[in-house]
Amino acid sequence: MSNYILIFIIVVYLAFLFGVAFWAEKKAKSAWVNNAYVYTLSLAVYCSAWTYYGSVGIAATSGISFLTTYLGPVIAFPLWIVVLKKIIRISKQQKVSSIADFISLRYGNNRFLGALVTIICVLAIVPYISLQLKAISETFSIISKDTIPSSTSIFQDTLFYVALLLAIFAAFFGTRATDATRRRRGIVFSVAVESILKLVFFLIIGVYVTYYLFDGTTDIYDKISSLENLESLTTLDGLEAGINWYFMIALSFFAIFLLPRQFQVAVIENTSEKHLKKAIWLFPLYLLLFNVFVIFVAWGGRLSLHKSLNPDYYTLLLPLHHDNIFLATLVFLGGFSAVISMVVVSTLALSVMLSNNLIIPYGFLDKFSRSHPERNANYIKNIRRIAIFSLIVGAYLFYINFNVQLSLFSIGQISFVIIAQLAPAFFIGLFWNRGSAIAAKSGIITGTLITMYTLILPFVLDIILGNTDFITNGAFGIELLRPYQLFGIDFMTPVTHAFFWSMFFNTIIYLFMSVSSKGNYRERNYAEMFVNNSYDSLQESAYVWKGEAYVSDIKNLLIKFLGIQRTERALNLFYTKHDLPMNTKKADSRLINFSEKLLTGSIGGASSRILIASVVKEQPVTLIEVLKILEESKKTISTNKFLRQRSEELVKLTDDLKKANEELKQQDKVKDEFLDTVAHELKTPITSIRAASEVLLDNDHDISNELRIQFLDTILKDSERLSTLIHNILDLEKLGSGREVFDKKNNNVIETVEKSISGIYTIAQQKCISILSTKPSDRIVALYDEDRILQVLTNLLSNGIKFVEKNKGIIEVAVSNEKDFIRISVQDNGKGIPENDKKHIFEKFYQSHNQNIKKPIGSGLGLAICKKIIEGHNGIIRIDDSYDKGARFIIDLPNSLETVE
Amino acid sequence: MQKKILIVDDEPNIVMSLEYSFKKQDFEVYIARDGSEAIHILETHIPNVILLDIMMPNVDGYKTLKHIRANPKTKDIKVVFLTAKNKSSDIEKGLEMGVDKYLTKPFSIKKIIAEIRTLIE
Repeated sequence: MSNYILIFIIVVYLAFLFGVAFWAEKKAKSAWVNNAYVYTLSLAVYCSAWTYYGSVGIAATSGISFLTTYLGPVIAFPLWIVVLKKIIRISKQQKVSSIADFISLRYGNNRFLGALVTIICVLAIVPYISLQLKAISETFSIISKDTIPSSTSIFQDTLFYVALLLAIFAAFFGTRATDATRRRRGIVFSVAVESILKLVFFLIIGVYVTYYLFDGTTDIYDKISSLENLESLTTLDGLEAGINWYFMIALSFFAIFLLPRQFQVAVIENTSEKHLKKAIWLFPLYLLLFNVFVIFVAWGGRLSLHKSLNPDYYTLLLPLHHDNIFLATLVFLGGFSAVISMVVVSTLALSVMLSNNLIIPYGFLDKFSRSHPERNANYIKNIRRIAIFSLIVGAYLFYINFNVQLSLFSIGQISFVIIAQLAPAFFIGLFWNRGSAIAAKSGIITGTLITMYTLILPFVLDIILGNTDFITNGAFGIELLRPYQLFGIDFMTPVTHAFFWSMFFNTIIYLFMSVSSKGNYRERNYAEMFVNNSYDSLQESAYVWKGEAYVSDIKNLLIKFLGIQRTERALNLFYTKHDLPMNTKKADSRLINFSEKLLTGSIGGASSRILIASVVKEQPVTLIEVLKILEESKKTISTNKFLRQRSEELVKLTDDLKKANEELKQQDKVKDEFLDTVAHELKTPITSIRAASEVLLDNDHDISNELRIQFLDTILKDSERLSTLIHNILDLEKLGSGREVFDKKNNNVIETVEKSISGIYTIAQQKCISILSTKPSDRIVALYDEDRILQVLTNLLSNGIKFVEKNKGIIEVAVSNEKDFIRISVQDNGKGIPENDKKHIFEKFYQSHNQNIKKPIGSGLGLAICKKIIEGHNGIIRIDDSYDKGARFIIDLPNSLETVE
Repeated sequence: MQKKILIVDDEPNIVMSLEYSFKKQDFEVYIARDGSEAIHILETHIPNVILLDIMMPNVDGYKTLKHIRANPKTKDIKVVFLTAKNKSSDIEKGLEMGVDKYLTKPFSIKKIIAEIRTLIE
């Protein structure tokens, strides 16, 4: 393909991206631009040209170790919901604009630390960007079959212009607002679009190689396994390789949090914490899809391409080899997309860091505080724009001078190791409030120096100068100091080796210095805010501050950077929120902190602190004061705790009272019902007696003798019924109230049963009903009140007599001595107890409502009394459900005896 | 014309006195021991007045009254509750349901007869 057509395609594609970004900026508030999918896809800025080309290269030469780069993030993802949520929340509340800001703020808004982090990031990322440029350049020359002569002037180099276009894109959409925490929807959305494109194009080439050039995965596998030593490419070689593998995963685990571009898209550009929920499964899925075909493309390349060709570009070389220019162009555009995303987001993040954490705090502050607000905003924007251009040009120059010989993979890994030096200060500092600024600085510097010694120095010496003496003999010829085998550890690859030692010393020093140094009050303040961040604790008031400042001074300062309108608006909001009068003169800690945060967005935390400090007569808070404040807040907490406890107790008490009240009401209701029924039951015989008497009295002369006797009989019977009823009610009341004392003695059960039968025998005989009894020949002695048990038995027997038919009725009483109790059963062959009644039959007055036959005389209290008596003897009375030839009552009495003293 | 009365009560001893007294007053007397028996009798006989107990097994007085008032053939019959329930809430409930008279037990037979006569004449 001709050079010019390809350039034309690139320009059209970039124009398309400009269009997309413009559209997204316009629709910045719409759901199309602000959703979890765009967020997730923007995270895929992680997949740079390294992924796009380098993975295949690694898979082809060293096997599956390319996977570690993606396994780290996948493993890290479940943690996101905890860790990243916390980071996002802190960043939003503190208006953090970059990872340098984040770390410097954590350690008391430390200016030096912010600058240090910025420098580390630039060191790590510029070669990484140049690597991306290298990918463009090389793929460009492969596809156009035209070598880019690097010897000629850079102004004749196509790559230079492509790089400039990228810089324009980043500068245009990245610096629209001075406040670096303002979201850049245009860039984020175009990154998301590119993420789709690069994935789709990569999948297309994967399918093309696997299923078009070959006969599917099995075909490739069979061919490659017959061809070469497959095992070394698909397995881990022993424990040592496992350790390497482990550290590589850890390395990418850190990278997904710490790479400035990841921090930018995951934290700064995050619009809603909720998006994390989707990203947590969708992003690993994206990575998985990206890696499905890597191994097959790599093998396919090895099988069909010449060994001299660079395996990094198999994706591109394979379609070209088969003269498929169209596919090759797609692959090129996919790779180009990966490059654009990475370069734009990285330079953007770095430019904000450079301006807010390095240039402004170390040089321009004086100038700003004297200048006009509008000009200030332009200064800041220009600093960032210049930074973006310088970074890209720097990366380009780096590429021209060093990068040509390096592979994609190795440069990427070196970047990762340098970035990983931020990990201890970042992660431990997030959860451990003892971590101090001096410890963070020392740890990072030590780690970086070790990385320099063990990785960068030998790398540079070896590859660029061709000097391997240092590597084989170590510094000053000391064997223990050999850069790739420091202290004799010789089984690790250079990258994991450097990572291991740098992290080891970094962490040790960080922990040691933190424990041994205390840090100043400001540091401890911020540490507390970061570590103990919860939904509501991180407010302006959570900050401990002491000093004197005037609102007018602070206002003037704010106006310089934000302009009059924004300043007024922000202050009004602040006053309303905290319910302060508009004419407040003295600034309190909340306003100071609020203003610092306002400025942080524009010029970074360190600078804003210095500026605010210039108008504030700040006094260091002494330890005693801090302790006092802590004590106070502790007191509040414990008071709150106490109050909560009390209120919980009260709630419980109220519940108990309610319950008791309900119970009382219920008891009241039961009592009412009982009295109602008693009244009704008493009234019935009285009514009948009264009516009969009235009849007899009024008709003394004309009533027949027979009728007279009938009426008199009614009067007599109902009088008896009345007296029985009254007796039973009183009896029940006595038993129920527990006032009844049973006269318990050792009695012979058999005798008692016989007594009960003989008492009722005459009545039974009159009705020709037979009463049988089965009992053992021995005595069965138990402890009970004989009169009461006799009452129960008589009641049951006379019930039986009532319910059986004359002449045919048989009532059987059985006594048996069971193991733990004595059982007496009374059964008849009457019509039995209806199923519905069984449950209620022992209730007071139950029968009187529920008989549809002409009722036998009874108070309706007999069984209720029986139950009370048996329960008073710790026994059980119940109906035998299994018996269906009549009614059968079972009484179980405990067989305890009176102890003879 | 001879007046007809239906006495509905599950207490035979009470019914006996009422039956005797009303017969003596030249009423034609029907007896039912509960609501369902009363409804059964009402299918063939339309009395001038019904003396209805409330607390009865199966179909109680309230249900019987509802039934009587719902049936166009029986809805105009005078109904008197004769019951031991004498709480004001019970009486209100009865009157609300459309009973013509509410008399409580124990009662004077003479008074009952007088009340019923004024009701139907």
